[in-house]
Amino acid sequence: MTASVDRLLALGDDALVTAQRLGQWCTRSPEMEEDVALANIALDQLGAARLLLTYAGALEGAGRDEDALAYLRTDREFRNALLVELPDRDFAVMIAKLLFVSAYQRLLYERLAGGGDERLAGIAAKTVKESAYHLEHAALWTLRLGDGTDTSHRRMQAGIDEVWPYTHELFESEPDLRGDWLSTVEDVLARATLARPADGWAPTGGRDGRHTEELSYLLAEMQVLHRAHPGARW
Amino acid sequence: MSGEWPLWEVFVRPRRGLAHSHVGSLHAPDAEMALRNARDLYTRRQEGVSIWVIPAAAVVASSPDEKDAFFDPAADKVYRHPTFYEVPEGAAHL
Repeated sequence: MTASVDRLLALGDDALVTAQRLGQWCTRSPEMEEDVALANIALDQLGAARLLLTYAGALEGAGRDEDALAYLRTDREFRNALLVELPDRDFAVMIAKLLFVSAYQRLLYERLAGGGDERLAGIAAKTVKESAYHLEHAALWTLRLGDGTDTSHRRMQAGIDEVWPYTHELFESEPDLRGDWLSTVEDVLARATLARPADGWAPTGGRDGRHTEELSYLLAEMQVLHRAHPGARW
Repeated sequence: MSGEWPLWEVFVRPRRGLAHSHVGSLHAPDAEMALRNARDLYTRRQEGVSIWVIPAAAVVASSPDEKDAFFDPAADKVYRHPTFYEVPEGAAHL
């Protein structure tokens, strides 16, 4: 069964917006080594986004390539989950988001790799190994910050609490993935001596193009060059 | 933070059968993160199949001041090289 254009846009936009947020950490993380690690993960996500958006454009059949989809859509046309567009106001918030989204992506890509859409299965098979690495990186930091000093514990817990409500939206189309996702995430939180937040408020709308204002600012920065100089090349 | 994260020396084995070679150093809060950072910094372009990280503080190095005493005495001992010895006529399987 072939995936829908909306489905591919959701996957591709999750990856693209994650890449853009991680890219913003360049020169701002605690050490140069972490700059490189986050940029590496951002580039993995960007690579996945390119493949997914290219496929979405081909399937749509309206002549839009990856650049047209990445640079020339407005916020209302983006299909990413709200979680990935949230601003990283603290290193711990970024790590919490990366932990949650990469645990989700790993399970999802694992499933898609064995799915009926051959082209999507190929993309997923390549990407799932990267997701496992992203998850590992986020988990290592969660452990170190959660089980570190009083300050690092407090800030890591605050990061987890802040973004937890936004994780519900990830499972709207695959509710059955949440069980495995929870066991992965709860295990990391427990080992990091962090409390697993209670479920309650579950903001949604990203998959329908209803986003937080944060996405508009992110897109403005990401798209300004292409909009000012359409087709510009290095 | 550079003052807080210790330095690690990184060794990469380029292929099976070759020895690990020193490729550089990096900062990391602990051994596990050092290994991760080494993967990101030194094996991005398939440079290796195995990585060692070693706390730089654990490396015992010869001192530049001792260079003469350490290395110069070897300079005039040509008999330490196999080419110093003549192979006798008729010696097989050498």
